[in-house]
Amino acid sequence: MSQPALLRLAKVSKRYGSVQANHEIDLEVHSGSIHAVLGENGAGKSTLMKLIYGVEQPDAGKIHWNGQEVHFARPSDAQSLGIGMVFQHFSLFETLSVVQNVSLMVPGKPAELAQKITDLGDQFGLSVDPHAMVHRLSVGERQRVEIIRCLLLNPKLLILDEPTSVLPPQSVRRLFETLRKLQADGMAILFISHKLDEIRELCETASVLRGGEVTGRVDPREHDARSLAQLMIGREMPNVAHAAPRPPGEERLRLNALSHPRASRFGTTLEDIDLKLRSGEIVGIAGISGNGQQELAALISGETRAQEPGMIEIMGKKVGQLGPMARRKLGFAFVPEERLGRGAVPEMSLADNSLLTAHSRSMLSRGFIRRSVERAFTRECIDAFDVRTPGPDAEAGAMSGGNLQKFILGREIMLSPDLMLVSQPTWGVDIGAATAIRRRLLDMRDQGCAILVISEEMDELFEMCSKLHVLHKGQLSAALDAADTTPQEIGRYMIGAVT
Amino acid sequence: MKLRLIRRDSASRLAMFTAPVLALVLTCVASLVLFSALGKDAGAALHALLLKPFLSWYSFSEVLLKMAPLLLIAQGLAIGFRANVFNIGAEGQFIVGALCASALPVYFPDGNFPMMLPAMIAFGALGGTVYALIAAALRTRFGASEILVTLMMALIAVQILNYLLLGPWKDPRGFNFPQTVMFPDNAMLPILFDGTRTNISLIFSLLASVFAYLMMQHHFRGYQLRTAGLAPRAALYAGFSAPRMVWLGLGLGGLAAGIAGASEVAGPLGQLQRSVTSGYGYAAIIVAYVGGLNPLGIIASSFLISVIYIGGDSATVSAGLPVAAVEVFQGLLLFFYLLTFTLIRFRIEIDRKVTA
Ligand SMILES: Nc1ncnc2c1ncn2[C@@H]1O[C@H](COP(=O)(O)OP(=O)(O)OP(=O)(O)O)[C@@H](O)[C@H]1O
Ligand SMILES: [Mg+2]
Repeated sequence: MSQPALLRLAKVSKRYGSVQANHEIDLEVHSGSIHAVLGENGAGKSTLMKLIYGVEQPDAGKIHWNGQEVHFARPSDAQSLGIGMVFQHFSLFETLSVVQNVSLMVPGKPAELAQKITDLGDQFGLSVDPHAMVHRLSVGERQRVEIIRCLLLNPKLLILDEPTSVLPPQSVRRLFETLRKLQADGMAILFISHKLDEIRELCETASVLRGGEVTGRVDPREHDARSLAQLMIGREMPNVAHAAPRPPGEERLRLNALSHPRASRFGTTLEDIDLKLRSGEIVGIAGISGNGQQELAALISGETRAQEPGMIEIMGKKVGQLGPMARRKLGFAFVPEERLGRGAVPEMSLADNSLLTAHSRSMLSRGFIRRSVERAFTRECIDAFDVRTPGPDAEAGAMSGGNLQKFILGREIMLSPDLMLVSQPTWGVDIGAATAIRRRLLDMRDQGCAILVISEEMDELFEMCSKLHVLHKGQLSAALDAADTTPQEIGRYMIGAVT
Repeated sequence: MKLRLIRRDSASRLAMFTAPVLALVLTCVASLVLFSALGKDAGAALHALLLKPFLSWYSFSEVLLKMAPLLLIAQGLAIGFRANVFNIGAEGQFIVGALCASALPVYFPDGNFPMMLPAMIAFGALGGTVYALIAAALRTRFGASEILVTLMMALIAVQILNYLLLGPWKDPRGFNFPQTVMFPDNAMLPILFDGTRTNISLIFSLLASVFAYLMMQHHFRGYQLRTAGLAPRAALYAGFSAPRMVWLGLGLGGLAAGIAGASEVAGPLGQLQRSVTSGYGYAAIIVAYVGGLNPLGIIASSFLISVIYIGGDSATVSAGLPVAAVEVFQGLLLFFYLLTFTLIRFRIEIDRKVTA
């Protein structure tokens, strides 16, 4: 390539305490190209992006922009040169509306911005109500807001840290079309994803990170997903073959004509939902986020109370109006879709985050916290679930996204629940870990646990579930036998073509 | 050019200790200039403000006397603050505590009531708690902001105090002063050190500090409160009842303030009088935050603030400083303390132009 790279990194390093997050990284990104960065959870992808965007400063190495050396002390420096970034963990203010959030970064009158948000949303299939309060939005919708906000700034280089892990398949298609248009207009894009098929489809160059170092530069179109994965984790991918499920046992969860009015204009009203889940089976709920998934999960977990006690039965007990703790006592565990701030407290250590739901595991004596038990539990979780972290004292907020997910999932699994609800089990988890997580869930099923999985990933649902429902506009389809249905059929349910 | 604060990765230990010293030095320099400009003997003023409290046992005991209510109330408030429950009206709960405790000696001025003193403390505790819980009820039932409710209820408490002192509880032989009878001996807190006014309420405060420390750092209840403050959605997810956090946060704050109010009338005042509204309830908010909402930090901050109060009193008397100048000094000290504290945690950066 004749013209100089838009962005060039030379031997950039960054260390956090004992963790060498990035080590002597070289990277070049050219205008009009989409460059992928892939690697396992904790490989240092997000860290590298933060260095480019000025959120963090490198300990060593140089960053060149259009051939000139630059130092970014903060994101606004990077922004002023035309770099935009969508973070893996969201940076929106929950108490503000969408347009207010956007106006914090993008100049313009609120009314005009609202119009632009709507226009851009329509154009790129990222529609979101500009006046919705952010705390009401699902994770997927927040992601859209972040992307829109970034595009409104017209960046020359757009950094997307796992933009697709929380977007439904249809939106991913539209996003890719958008990115190709932007690429054609000369924008450079740095794209992070754990979905290797996406990378193969979208990107022409890719840098592979492992343990903070670049271990390869490839053209992803010339590799299949399997060999890319091998580059990432440095060894052969394990093959998963799992025993067929045994016939399910007694009923563990039952929803009886569960209806619930939406909490706000932007929520989803749930109508007449019936569902049965028995021990030793995994039932999946497919559907595009924002069709009532959040509301349904909160009702089953007890974070929202149902209107009638009998609408929800756990272990044969009417629990509709019990709180989460009472439901957990019955043997229920729950992995929510948001990790930071819901599944874990970012400012607390991992050990203290174990206490959040695992306090019943003899972590308390007369209400006092038994630190040794807490730490032992946390250490076991870290080991058993391959959580890459310095130890139980690390702050949850400093963990890489995928590792935090592994921790929360591990914590809930270690409670050995009889009934488990898992929302988006492998969002943001690398494929090695995703495989491991699915295998864990299947093991749990074989030991008799009843598992309800809410996911947008069709492959994942078909791999694990024996029965599938589809949630669309607050209505749940009848149970479909996974063996008798196809992804195409589920897809038709998801867009409401059949009910 | 723009300035901005960037959080430091880790605060150095050394800085933690030098910051308060630096704050003190800066305050002294600034007030030397100020006092000289006022035509006062600046050296004498500083001597009175900062050293006098330590120079005689008596003035030091006065520091401890002031510290007792500040410490007690601040510990109670900090528990709520950690859970994002903002009880701003501890002053009101303090007054109601004082009122309830005073009821006994007012109606039994001869002291023939069994267990007079313990009963007074219990009444004060109960009064302060119940008064704070009104705000909890309004918040959990109707979503009324506890910040506004507690603040307004503090104003109501002052009016109740005025009513009682001007009407039914006025000492018949008190020359129409708005105050009650002097309390009998068995309604007074035992003095801790002979020859001083420091009483055993200091012990209550230290016990409360131990309690707050154990609860907030080592007990599950404290963990729940902290979680509710740091990540309300995580608390909801775990099933920690949000209303219970509000009841607990306000209740404990009111309890502490109520006991402090009772101790004030059964201690240095010896009767219920208008000066019971001396602002301890508001000052304790500052104490709690200067102490970083940490039970151990609050012990230090309550001591610091008591010293500058007592020093201020002596400076107006012995160095002839106007009260306003003393208040400026106290303000400066807090200002510099917070400034240096901020610089420990953050570094300042000046926006320079980006190259290229
Ligand atoms: N603020 C921080 N303090 C301490 N350690 C950190 C911090 N941020 C990241 N790390 C560590 O640096 C390493 C790289 O993290 P990073 O977030 O870059 O990973 P990642 O490749 O983005 O992973 P994922 O796919 O899970 O998002 C991890 O070991 C992580 O624990
Ligand atoms: Mg990441």
